[in-house]
Amino acid sequence: MYVAVKGGERAIDNAHAWLAEERRGDTSVPELSVAQIRTQMTLAVNRVMAEGSLYDPDLAALAIKQARGDLIEAIFLIRAYRTTLPRFGGSNPIDTEDMACDRRVSATFKDAPGGQVLGPTFDYTHRLLDFKLAADGEVGDAPVVAHNQTATPHIMSFLDRENLIQSEPTGADIPDDLTRTPLELPASRALRLQSLTRGDEGFILGMAYSTQRGYARNHAFVAELRIGAVAVEMDIPELGFAIEIGEITVTECETVNQFQGSKTQPPQFTRGYGLVFGMTERKAISMALVDRALRWKELGEDNLGAPAQDEEFVLYHSDNIQATGFLEHIKLPHYVDFQSELELIRKLRREAQDNISREAAQ
Amino acid sequence: MSDYNFAYLDEQTKRMIRRAILKGLAIPGYQVPFASREMPMPYGWGTGGVQVSAAVLTPDDTFKVIDQGADDTTNAVSIRRFFQKTAGVAVTEATSEASVIQTRHRIPEQDLRADQILVYQVPIPEPLRFLEPSEVETRKMHALEEYGLMHVKLYEDISQHGDIATAYAYPVKVEGRYVMDPSPIPKFDNPKLEMAGIQLFGAGREQRIYAIPPYTQVVSLDFDDYPFQPTKADHACDLCGAEDSYLDELIVDDAGGRMFMCSDTDYCATRRKQGHVGAQGVPYKEDAA
Repeated sequence: MYVAVKGGERAIDNAHAWLAEERRGDTSVPELSVAQIRTQMTLAVNRVMAEGSLYDPDLAALAIKQARGDLIEAIFLIRAYRTTLPRFGGSNPIDTEDMACDRRVSATFKDAPGGQVLGPTFDYTHRLLDFKLAADGEVGDAPVVAHNQTATPHIMSFLDRENLIQSEPTGADIPDDLTRTPLELPASRALRLQSLTRGDEGFILGMAYSTQRGYARNHAFVAELRIGAVAVEMDIPELGFAIEIGEITVTECETVNQFQGSKTQPPQFTRGYGLVFGMTERKAISMALVDRALRWKELGEDNLGAPAQDEEFVLYHSDNIQATGFLEHIKLPHYVDFQSELELIRKLRREAQDNISREAAQ
Repeated sequence: MSDYNFAYLDEQTKRMIRRAILKGLAIPGYQVPFASREMPMPYGWGTGGVQVSAAVLTPDDTFKVIDQGADDTTNAVSIRRFFQKTAGVAVTEATSEASVIQTRHRIPEQDLRADQILVYQVPIPEPLRFLEPSEVETRKMHALEEYGLMHVKLYEDISQHGDIATAYAYPVKVEGRYVMDPSPIPKFDNPKLEMAGIQLFGAGREQRIYAIPPYTQVVSLDFDDYPFQPTKADHACDLCGAEDSYLDELIVDDAGGRMFMCSDTDYCATRRKQGHVGAQGVPYKEDAA
């Protein structure tokens, strides 16, 4: 005698309760505050904001806490929240020349107006575990200098003056919004950039790395990498002019790449572009390389069949929320499908077996 | 949950989805791109179906959710709760009482009526996807009605296995035009795709909606000498004795003993209430199940 299994509801409630307990962990250890995550796990917060497509450090920190530190889960929480927000309109394009740079480096010129500013970088740290941090994380104050009060011109603008860098066509006034229209191919560069900036850091990094290793190599120099705060302005129709509605920190990377040219057209460098929320320089550099690889068609290059050149491949697989959802859904019940496969394979084996015995008998 | 709009999505989003649904109904089997939203459950958990349900539900509806045919599978429970919370609609496990039924992988055994809507959760809406990975190419193939590749695949199955080796998500042709993926339902369910109810298919991650209007011709692809055959386990349900329903196979002991029971839990319970008892079943008692 058999009684059908039931109890999905109770199982779900109990699983949620257990999850909450596991998230809190050992209660003899003080609970982590959202403010601690926001101020001491800033790079994690930045990644969640960038891939969650929502600039809100408090919510990103909350999501990280709720997700037990699983950043993709945190990004998912932010994305799901983001879709419920009303949309008031679009801001004006941010002016990164006016950025208050915390970091600004160029790999192409030893010095340039605005200077080389290392900023708070891991670049020249020796990766030795600092056991002092295990006991006491307090540090002394770092020396302070005031930000440049004047604008920091883009390195590209100097190349532009000599016509050495290809000029970019002006985009549409209001570009398509990846989160409001279905992605259809071929996609505009604006859509590609939107997709790359919210794409999974690991995926974009891997794609970028593959171009460096020869899969559609386009030898990139980092003309400039800058990180800092920029003002966000928005036109208010009732006022008739733009006002500043806030400030965000972004990372911008411009690469200068191998040049194009022909008998009739003097050669020019080309560029790749990366712009990501927060201090996210690995992502911004990766984005610039992949952006450049995806531009092969407009720049008259050959399709080498490299993954990073394949717009459909890159754009359809870069989103970690889509990827993780589809990947993980295979753990959901599939017993109806599997049952149909079981019947089929038993039937095919039966038929094959019959054939074998028939042949043996002959 | 009063912070959210009725059925979670805002009205503008629902309008956008309804437009896609109407277009889908106007071009049966055609995959309509729509601006799928990020839902509070993961892609792969039925976000497409949930968005379609959200767009068609009204406060007067009675909602039923099944996964693998069952109302009590965890994800069916979760989706049903979601709409209880966000839409406050009445819910039911009885197929005949529901006005909207969201399903994953099954069509209910009981025939649907003209006043019922069946919403499918779809993982990969493109029937040609595993023959041609590029969406750009497959859209072209649909536009040109170029389905030769699919027939070659079915033919190759026959030459290798002596049979068409597709047991679920078996491709169909809708109203003589579009080849369509009926979602991963077992091919046993394919004949039921011609029905009185409206069938809507939502693929959230892939941003596609498609539809089959009532009484539309739906033909499972086959060859004259290898006609399509819906199949099920060659048993009767061990709980209710039904011989016409799709069955789940359960492993019930360490020796690998098997039993079979209806995948459609409402169908099985209804039959047991009517007094049918299968080989391993017990007479129906309230709360016994």
